Amino acid sequence: MKQKVVAFVAGVVFAVGLGISGMTNPAKVIGFLDVTGAWDPSLALVMAGAIGVHLVFAQWSKKAERPLWADAFVLPKRADVDGRLFAGAALFGLGWGTAGYCPGPALVSLVGLTTGALAFCAAMVAGIAAFHAFAGARRERANESASTTI
Amino acid sequence: MAFTPVSALIGGALIGASASMMLALNGRITGISGILGGIVRPQRGEVSWRATFLAGLLVGGVLLALAYPSALHAPSATPVALTVLAGLLVGFGTQLGGGCTSGHGVCGISRFSTRSILATMTFMATGALATFVVQHVLGGTS
Repeated sequence: MKQKVVAFVAGVVFAVGLGISGMTNPAKVIGFLDVTGAWDPSLALVMAGAIGVHLVFAQWSKKAERPLWADAFVLPKRADVDGRLFAGAALFGLGWGTAGYCPGPALVSLVGLTTGALAFCAAMVAGIAAFHAFAGARRERANESASTTI
Repeated sequence: MAFTPVSALIGGALIGASASMMLALNGRITGISGILGGIVRPQRGEVSWRATFLAGLLVGGVLLALAYPSALHAPSATPVALTVLAGLLVGFGTQLGGGCTSGHGVCGISRFSTRSILATMTFMATGALATFVVQHVLGGTS
């Protein structure tokens, strides 16, 4: 229960932070990414502010045995750099720079019921589902070929 | 767009505070694409905290709508077809690359993760590329 309260409060704070920072305004995001146009560097400071605060806790978590209210840290374990990392990040960036929405601000913007936010979120969920369908099919093929070679 | 350093820093600090609560108390990474991905493809024991976080995100959206409505009603000038294409790319790309602006850009960089630093450099570069093409080659949306 405590952990769910944390998740809820963190969600609220995250959304308010996105709204205040300008991240929920697609034109502001595009202004930040438009380095050859009328560049607006504001959003670099959003990252600086977020990392400035979070760095302290992220580095603490490396030394801590466990989080305060849970049994263990659940952190990404992968350290290898592969083509999927670059391809995925590249595709994400292309979408982000086209519409000016990344996942968090798009979800928060659903509340505004604008056509842009609704269309973007529906397509984003479809894209996520398409990836998992594709990855699931790949895993199945891999399992089949593994069992036939044995 | 006007340069807004103060609101950017304050908003960013709140995002960092949110991610820090999640990490220090719950031991979790606050990556929105990962949280959403775990709802679209549910796994046992991994759904309820994600759903609660997303509910908080929407309640935060309602607070913004009440206190600071211009944050949510900025009209998107991007044509709907292009918006849909962008959404598909963001959904697929974040799952393939294992994160977005929050998971890689904030949480991963704060942990000094090489993967996240490289991913962030990559999506910033292709984000700028897409913006260049849409705004300056295709004629622009704003």
